[in-house]
Amino acid sequence: MAEIATLDASAPRTGQAIATKRRRRRSIPAKVYSLILLVLLIAVWEGSVRLFHVPSWLIPSVSDIVVALWNGFAVSPLARDGFWLHSFVTISETVLGYFVGCGLGLALGVAISQTDKLEAVLRPYVVAFQSLPKVAVAPIIVLWLGFGLASKVAIIALLTFFPVLITCLAGFKAVEPERIDLLRSLSASRWHIFTKVKFWTALPFIFAGLEMAAAFAVVGAIVGEFIGAQSGLGVLILQLDSAMDVGGSFAVFIILSLIGVGLSAVIRVVEARVLYWLPKDQARRSINL
Amino acid sequence: MILTPSVPYSDRMPSRPPDGDDSRQPGPSPSPRDLIRIDHLRKVFGDGTPNELLALDDVSCSIQEGDFVSIVGPSGCGKSTLLRILAGLLDYSDGSVTLDGAPVQGTRRDIGVVFQNPVLLPWRTILDNVLLPAEVLGLDMNAARVRARALLAMVRLEGFENRLPSQLSGGMQQRASIARALLHDPRILLMDEPFGALDAMTREQMNLELQRIWTESRKTIVLITHSIPEAVFLGDVVLVMTARPGALRRVVPIDLPRPRTMALTATPEFGERAQEIRAFFNHAGSFD
Ligand SMILES: Nc1ncnc2c1ncn2[C@@H]1O[C@H](COP(=O)(O)OP(=O)(O)O)[C@@H](O)[C@H]1O
Ligand SMILES: [Mg+2]
Repeated sequence: MAEIATLDASAPRTGQAIATKRRRRRSIPAKVYSLILLVLLIAVWEGSVRLFHVPSWLIPSVSDIVVALWNGFAVSPLARDGFWLHSFVTISETVLGYFVGCGLGLALGVAISQTDKLEAVLRPYVVAFQSLPKVAVAPIIVLWLGFGLASKVAIIALLTFFPVLITCLAGFKAVEPERIDLLRSLSASRWHIFTKVKFWTALPFIFAGLEMAAAFAVVGAIVGEFIGAQSGLGVLILQLDSAMDVGGSFAVFIILSLIGVGLSAVIRVVEARVLYWLPKDQARRSINL
Repeated sequence: MILTPSVPYSDRMPSRPPDGDDSRQPGPSPSPRDLIRIDHLRKVFGDGTPNELLALDDVSCSIQEGDFVSIVGPSGCGKSTLLRILAGLLDYSDGSVTLDGAPVQGTRRDIGVVFQNPVLLPWRTILDNVLLPAEVLGLDMNAARVRARALLAMVRLEGFENRLPSQLSGGMQQRASIARALLHDPRILLMDEPFGALDAMTREQMNLELQRIWTESRKTIVLITHSIPEAVFLGDVVLVMTARPGALRRVVPIDLPRPRTMALTATPEFGERAQEIRAFFNHAGSFD
């Protein structure tokens, strides 16, 4: 038996070593190709804009965008029309709204899932609200809460709330009955069943929701700022648009996608920490909403 | 020799050696005595609905402290239902189930259950999985940790305490789940086809291990299995069940000497007992 145990223990290690070697041999070219593609795209873009004399108010050249980025950031962080201030405003709204929305989604998901009855009663409402395009409500929220931070946080919270709530409910439903039986066989309380099994089983689902919510959060911030705000990247886009500074707008797009990438990178890092126990191929769960 | 189902087999059993009687019972105790008594047990699923199903019909038997009882039967004959009732996980419809003289009402602390799958929690290390009962039952964690390590050594998993379950083979995971079921020192270990998912070689190893664990821990074990050789190899007695409706049809005492070795399985004595059970199923018509 001891021999079998040793064999068992060494088997996955060898498998892993082989897999890592293989992955290394393949993954380097993929990144290199991505980079080559980027360089090519930039070259084609820049080349064709110059070659065909496309007016810069229609499609900016890459160099226009780089210059706009430089000008935007090469100012004092507090400058009214600099990128720093607007980015800061948008990022704060996004992060705040994200935490509020996800927090509420999580809390309500946990509360609803405690009793099947409550979930059955509330499910039609959840579905109804979920099918409503939340962006449609945004103007009313601005009307209610004004042009400041509060309305943006509310819009973002509304957008991020549902993916978290829905994945949360799906996660608590997905708990294997065997695990519940195990806890019950130990006369476990509901609290123990929740903290020791249900919550952990739902975590991969919840993280899928948190990731979805991250993308919605930036959308919510921009929509809110389009409708009415004093500052923020959404406001900046409108200003640059009316000034026909398309290069500037593209520069803001780049900032926006960097914010999105940054937000989901943070979530991925947290997720990797929390879901260390999930097999790698299972880590990216696709969840049917 | 066919017994009526309601006859307790206890008087037909080879009596356990006196050291098998445990010291947990203070004062003089009448031995042998029944630890588990099942009388005319009936279980109906979906009573009163169109899908009503009689899962257990008039099951009676008794199990003494320290016994190793195997239960065999075709799938769907109510083995798991019986075990879940014993564990207090499931209500029954009629009859009575008493444990140490008291009727079974809900789950109890002195039972350990091993399920068909190891049911290890994948986010916990092996040691933390084994410690789960201590957390849930509110036992002293320091003492539990010492005991968990000792149990892991007993199931030959020393050195794997800090691994995650996914890093262990199926057989190792099931051994960890046995250690977990023993952590709170239950009097009774209920096992529902614990080795069903393992390959034949590992399964034989696990049978030997389980015999050793039983000898060392002196638990009362109820083992449900699909495998007739496994039932005969491990049991002091084999309870034979049939389906539709699930009922206890025969009680076959296995008076083979212990400790039993794999070589024993090749002897005519072993073959006779296995054949007796197999012949019954062939006659009764169904075994998968
Ligand atoms: N929760 C349940 N509800 C309805 N029927 C059930 C339930 N559990 C088991 N059964 C039925 O009871 C019968 C016995 O099941 P089970 O005890 O699991 O059999 P075994 O473990 O011997 O394979 C089967 O016909 C099964 O379909
Ligand atoms: Mg079963």
